Amino acid sequence: MAIDKSMNVLIVDDYKTMLRIIRNLLKQLEFDNVEEATDGAEALAKLRAGNFGLVISDWNMEPMTGLDLLKEVRADSRLKHLPFIMVTAESKTENVIAAKQAGVSNYIVKPFNAETLREKIEKVLVHA
Amino acid sequence: MPDGDQIERAVRQVLGSLSGDLTATEASLLAELEALGREVARAKSEIAALRVEDINERHIPKATDELDAVVEHTAAATNEILDVCEGLERLQAELSGPQAERLGEAVTRIYEACSFQDITGQRITKVVSALKIIESRVAAVTARFGGGGDAPPPESEAPAEPVSEGRALANGPQLPGAAASQEDIDRLLASFD
Repeated sequence: MAIDKSMNVLIVDDYKTMLRIIRNLLKQLEFDNVEEATDGAEALAKLRAGNFGLVISDWNMEPMTGLDLLKEVRADSRLKHLPFIMVTAESKTENVIAAKQAGVSNYIVKPFNAETLREKIEKVLVHA
Repeated sequence: MPDGDQIERAVRQVLGSLSGDLTATEASLLAELEALGREVARAKSEIAALRVEDINERHIPKATDELDAVVEHTAAATNEILDVCEGLERLQAELSGPQAERLGEAVTRIYEACSFQDITGQRITKVVSALKIIESRVAAVTARFGGGGDAPPPESEAPAEPVSEGRALANGPQLPGAAASQEDIDRLLASFD
């Protein structure tokens, strides 16, 4: 199944440099419609106001973490099926289990490479 | 917990209350109390000589400033590298064939490597948090043993506010030996299917 790369992608991270890196990697994967947020609360407001096809979020952010954002997304009737990839340095088993139980679509541990990002995005969007 | 002054006063009161002929037991107790009094006095002077207040007034603030500077400078350097990469990508658009492909691959590898700044930033944040805990503990010790001069006693800890699951599980990067790999995580996720 072909992936619609014209979709809006929201990337969420409190490190501006990381947002820039992910945006550039997405551009190489031909995703050009990318918006940014620097914490879960800002991301949730953008998701509720816009029309996004994918969220790529960090975990450790203030005031709202990526896991709390994920739970809000899954509890929202309009957003609950939105593909959601966690990209984080949190690599403990308990984190992965908590994210999976909250409904994460896939999980990437930092530092990651472009191939891992491409593979997870394709997997998530093909099954969306 | 009684402070050093309270212990010293208690020892002196007991010594002052002893009078007349002493039994062997009382003499032994007296000797123990005298030794305890000397020990308390020695500990107080040793703590004062350590100038522990320097830890909070100079060393910890200096260390956190240095760490903040590390984050600031690595962020600036990383953004400079990203500026150059974006310039190379514009150049790539003017090329074609294997040259464009090789240039694209090199730029991708630089982007991947630049994510170090995020990880080091999170690690440094963890170190700063640890320093702040040390700072509060030193302040408590200094105040209790009188080494802080007129410093106010440490504030009692406020009851912890409830935190979300996301915040409770936010630990930052693990050390290399303790971190799960992407393969480990993929296997764990697959086990749910």
